[in-house]
Amino acid sequence: MATLQLRNLRKSYLAHEVIKGVDLEVADREFVVFVGPSGCGKSTLLRMIAGLEEITSGDLLIDGQRVNEVGPADRGLAMVFQSYALYPHMTVRDNMGFALRMAGVPKPERARKVAEAARILQLEPYLDRRPKELSGGQRQRVAIGRAIVRNPRIFLFDEPLSNLDAALRGQMRIELARLHEDLQATMIYVTHDQVEAMTLADKIVVLQAGRVEQVGSPLELYHHPANLFVAGFIGSPRMNLLEARVLGADGAGVMLEAAGARLTVPAGGASRPGAAVTLGIRPEALRPDPAGAFAGEVRLVERLGGLTLLHVTLVGGEAVVVQIEGSDPTPAHAPVRLGVEGAACHVFDAEGQALPALGRHPLAA
Amino acid sequence: MSFTTLDQGAEVTAAPPGARRRSAFPLLAPSVSVLLLWMIVPLAMTLWFSFQRYNLLNPEVSGFAGLENYEFLVTDPDFWASLTNTLILVGSVLVITVGFGTLLAVLFDQPFPGQGVARVLAISPFFVMPTVSALVWKNLMMHPIYGVLGSLARAVGMEPVDWFAEYPLLAVIVIVAWQWLPFALLILLTAVQSLDHEQKEAARMDGAGPVAQFVFITLPHLGRAISVVVMIETIFLLTVFAEIFVTTSGGPGNATTNLAFLIYARALLQFDVGGGSAGGVVAILLANVVAFFLVRSIARRLEV
Ligand SMILES: Nc1ncnc2c1ncn2[C@@H]1O[C@H](COP(=O)(O)OP(=O)(O)O)[C@@H](O)[C@H]1O
Ligand SMILES: [Mg+2]
Repeated sequence: MATLQLRNLRKSYLAHEVIKGVDLEVADREFVVFVGPSGCGKSTLLRMIAGLEEITSGDLLIDGQRVNEVGPADRGLAMVFQSYALYPHMTVRDNMGFALRMAGVPKPERARKVAEAARILQLEPYLDRRPKELSGGQRQRVAIGRAIVRNPRIFLFDEPLSNLDAALRGQMRIELARLHEDLQATMIYVTHDQVEAMTLADKIVVLQAGRVEQVGSPLELYHHPANLFVAGFIGSPRMNLLEARVLGADGAGVMLEAAGARLTVPAGGASRPGAAVTLGIRPEALRPDPAGAFAGEVRLVERLGGLTLLHVTLVGGEAVVVQIEGSDPTPAHAPVRLGVEGAACHVFDAEGQALPALGRHPLAA
Repeated sequence: MSFTTLDQGAEVTAAPPGARRRSAFPLLAPSVSVLLLWMIVPLAMTLWFSFQRYNLLNPEVSGFAGLENYEFLVTDPDFWASLTNTLILVGSVLVITVGFGTLLAVLFDQPFPGQGVARVLAISPFFVMPTVSALVWKNLMMHPIYGVLGSLARAVGMEPVDWFAEYPLLAVIVIVAWQWLPFALLILLTAVQSLDHEQKEAARMDGAGPVAQFVFITLPHLGRAISVVVMIETIFLLTVFAEIFVTTSGGPGNATTNLAFLIYARALLQFDVGGGSAGGVVAILLANVVAFFLVRSIARRLEV
């Protein structure tokens, strides 16, 4: 059992407020990922949970107990650092056993726990090596092993994969997912990589400038972003954003005009006719369609093999990206018409907040 | 294009090694000859004089002396006393400077108000020349009547200590340690600052308190820097002279005579150039033995 609650958590460095009131519930065995652009306060928030940064105000509760004043070693958490922070003069075995040694665990039990963690992480052949004699992926595993050995209530990861090359990152991502399943532990994971966030998380917390923008499952964030920031941050290539004008609203949704096209989006909310809004369409929702609403010209074609990206300039001069099958033959400089389902569109008001969708996507219930 | 450059590169490296060495010799010659003049000539002359009967007060008595100078040296109780004094001086100063240096380095690494000024103050003794600092210590600090330490002792009702009469070697050690502490502090402070912050935080999460962090994280990290301090200080401490000359002149008796001072006394106070040279050769041997072990142990550390 390990749950975590943040209540209006704040952090200031002198007069400079970095975390501006974060509320969050983490359930037992949940894999929560903090994402956000660099400098948004992800690490700071994680370090406040770990006890490495003092909490300026607000409450931090682990299993219902307020732990603001509890030291980092006594919160029962383990952290994997971005730089791994292995102790360079100790062997892998000593690195993994250090916390147990500090806790006064007798030697035989220490050896047993280290051996167990080494087995899980396939580190057995390297137990007597020093960190500098290991590859990046192996060091990463030692850092994780150091956390496992302590049998913590909650695992904390701060961008653990960012120092690895792309292939290894993909592999470690899968290992982490497997580890989460095997250990049945609560994990909090910080990253700026949305692929890691989407693939690993039960729950994603999108942060910007010290504030929570949205909390939800990966597909909830993908299909129902709460605002322009989340819409732009989740999904690659980025969501296309077009200036639009409200024509009217009825039970079927709002009618919009954007880039010379008219369409109805099933979204509610108070929108006066004539109001300026932003229409968001994901590149994968657009498709070439002779009867499509938008007209434009293909400026550039990027063929990635399995996928093709069309860079299209619409009639009004706005540019959009269209993601289609790699087999699509559309050439560059050809005139195209683009179609889209109204249900796949997002509408954001002048403040950047999404108008609530009338129906939920089945995968994002 | 790329092929031609490759070929040219291959030609240069393909030249026979002997030819290369010969062609480089004129370029090396100036520095080699300066080094030769600088090091080999004085060394050879010292060796030569150490086998000569050569006393400035007795110019007629000259010629080859064989091992007489050395025999005279090793049978002289002053020589053994000076050797012991040298080792005690070097050893104590090393212990004090490395010990306090490490402690101060860890303290100065913590943020506190006035840190910049405090650091400059702590390092400034290094910029005072040895004669001056020895005079300051002798007359302003340790003098039983005018000295600060004497005043302090009287203020609490104790008898002032006449340092240079009662604990002469300790007094010299204190002065030399005071001069070399900043050097150790400087090197160790940069080493402490280069310690990865996340390592200390990981140790904190692992339940290591301040003492355990120091013992298990900071101290091993400082190993290299400490051995560099030990090596450099040893080389300079074997030749401490000005501090002794200014304060005690090697006395009382031979209580503060180290090898450097003994050589000076032999050659320039007793005008026995031959005997002084023999002492010099012993000093060279001693320095080399020490350097050999130090370099070996440090080379092993640097590999880690
Ligand atoms: N010790 C500190 N003193 C002052 N500002 C800090 C300190 N640590 C972090 N910050 C600021 O807090 C903000 C968030 O930093 P961080 O949590 O590291 O961001 P990231 O989301 O990239 O992990 C940054 O703007 C950074 O400049
Ligand atoms: Mg960070």
